[in-house]
Amino acid sequence: MPANPFNGYTDYGVGIGLRVPHYDHILSRKPVVDWFEIISENYMVDGGRPLRILDQILDQYRVVQHGVSMYFGSAQAPNRDHLRRLKDLVRRTGTPWLSDHLCWGSVDGRYTHDLLPLPYTWEAVRTTAERIRQVQDFLEIPVAVENVSSYAEFHESQMTEWEFLNEVVHAADCGILLDVNNIYVSSRNHEFDPMEYVNSIPADRVAQIHIAGHSQFERYTLDTHDHPVLDPVWSLYARAIERCGPTATLLEWDDNIPTFDEVHAEALKANRFLQPSNVEEAVA
Amino acid sequence: MTLLELQRRMEQDVRRPLTAELTMQPRTTEGESMDEIAAAYIRPNSELTSFERLEIYNRQYWFRVIGAVSEDYPALQALLGDERFDALVLAYLKQRPSTSWTLRDLSAHLPQFLEQHAEFASEQHRLAVDIARLEWAYVEAFDGAEIEPLASDELAKLGPESTLALQPHLRLLAVDYPVDEFVLAVKKPEEKAVTSGAAQLRQANVTTTLPAMAPEQRYLAVHRYDDVVYYRTLEESEFRLLKALQERKTIAEAVEIIAGEEQVATIQQTFALSSELGWFCHPTI
Ligand SMILES: [Fe+2]
Repeated sequence: MPANPFNGYTDYGVGIGLRVPHYDHILSRKPVVDWFEIISENYMVDGGRPLRILDQILDQYRVVQHGVSMYFGSAQAPNRDHLRRLKDLVRRTGTPWLSDHLCWGSVDGRYTHDLLPLPYTWEAVRTTAERIRQVQDFLEIPVAVENVSSYAEFHESQMTEWEFLNEVVHAADCGILLDVNNIYVSSRNHEFDPMEYVNSIPADRVAQIHIAGHSQFERYTLDTHDHPVLDPVWSLYARAIERCGPTATLLEWDDNIPTFDEVHAEALKANRFLQPSNVEEAVA
Repeated sequence: MTLLELQRRMEQDVRRPLTAELTMQPRTTEGESMDEIAAAYIRPNSELTSFERLEIYNRQYWFRVIGAVSEDYPALQALLGDERFDALVLAYLKQRPSTSWTLRDLSAHLPQFLEQHAEFASEQHRLAVDIARLEWAYVEAFDGAEIEPLASDELAKLGPESTLALQPHLRLLAVDYPVDEFVLAVKKPEEKAVTSGAAQLRQANVTTTLPAMAPEQRYLAVHRYDDVVYYRTLEESEFRLLKALQERKTIAEAVEIIAGEEQVATIQQTFALSSELGWFCHPTI
């Protein structure tokens, strides 16, 4: 089950995000890591240290690209220069699949640099699915879309978020990067049962899973990526693995980044659920 | 409301200026109620009103873009102090919202904006502009393209009518203050990183002792060598020769510009330095 058309029939285990403060550690100590996820935009530059480091990483590790600015849900078409640079990077990294978010963030050529939520409408399903197909055709690799954390809902919405996700990936025939932390954060903010979400996704389309930490405030929950993974998120993860089978998993840690070993140890906790012999023990 | 209409609506609201307390304004500059605007398209939940939900995005937008610009200009921030720097960045971003998919380009026009708006730096205006120009040159030198430099046998074949290209990451800057010393004295964040969807708050600035700045004409080459950005001080004649070559003047035309008693020495010096650092390239790119 884990190797599927949406992750290029790969069988990746637990990866971690490649972050600047860990460059020296990784290159000098060469720790055993199954794979690294990179933020594509950080390496879509003309030259210099980012690309030099990336090439050194690519010599020794498998890399998967994750983007933050494709905005599949923007009503207007993506920028050509962006797509061309992304394709150059895809060729450089040999990423077996590529992910970005099911959201929007730009309009009329202006960019918010945020992952803004979509109204869950049929029009948005059609527009978003068409964009995903265009990007997938242009890049010639499988694309997986990630569910985002959100803090607002729209009167316009005609379905739930998980119904919307189902419709989009079906219409686009693409994969899902299932972020179980984002499901949890949104469930707190929009008062739904996160388990119902996990139980509703098309398991055979899940290319990859994200786990992360978040921050709970008095009246809302924020996706901060600056903490270890919390228990309710591990429960959603366990259920996702139960449904999807062992799936490529990545821990996101972007702020207050601790040492490489700490981040890696936190990520490897996912093995409790990924290795079938451990599942009963971990769930108990 | 179509998808495009909703996105235009929300983008406009997300970019609205915050109050001094960094909250969403209760009314737009045109006097409309933000409560009503938000309620028209955003659902409330049991904890938050439509206004409060929109406010999360409004604040997040400003924290993110201000943070991105601040990261590129730590020395300018140190010179102006937080209050004046924040006012400058805010005014800049209001006039020039991002038009690029990458945050890397967001602060490209800050030096030019500051040049046109002396009020943000008052009596330190010239110094502030020079610092801003140098800090942006650093960004460009850091990740600018590097192309194959001319080999020594190719250099030997150059004649008076030849033109050259200079390394794309090389920036030539004439400044009125020794701002390279100022910028080096302020701790520079190692590299900017785009985060994946996580809310980003701005980092506290490191306090350093800043060198006093007295006017002094300086000619700087901001360039990258082995992935590290360097500020190299040039002679005025070297600078003018390189600048002419960068503008694709022929070697004969460029040499003409520096005519004088030091001409031969300058040419030798400049060509030796440039070939050592790999600055001369084929003019095809
Ligand atoms: Fe994620």
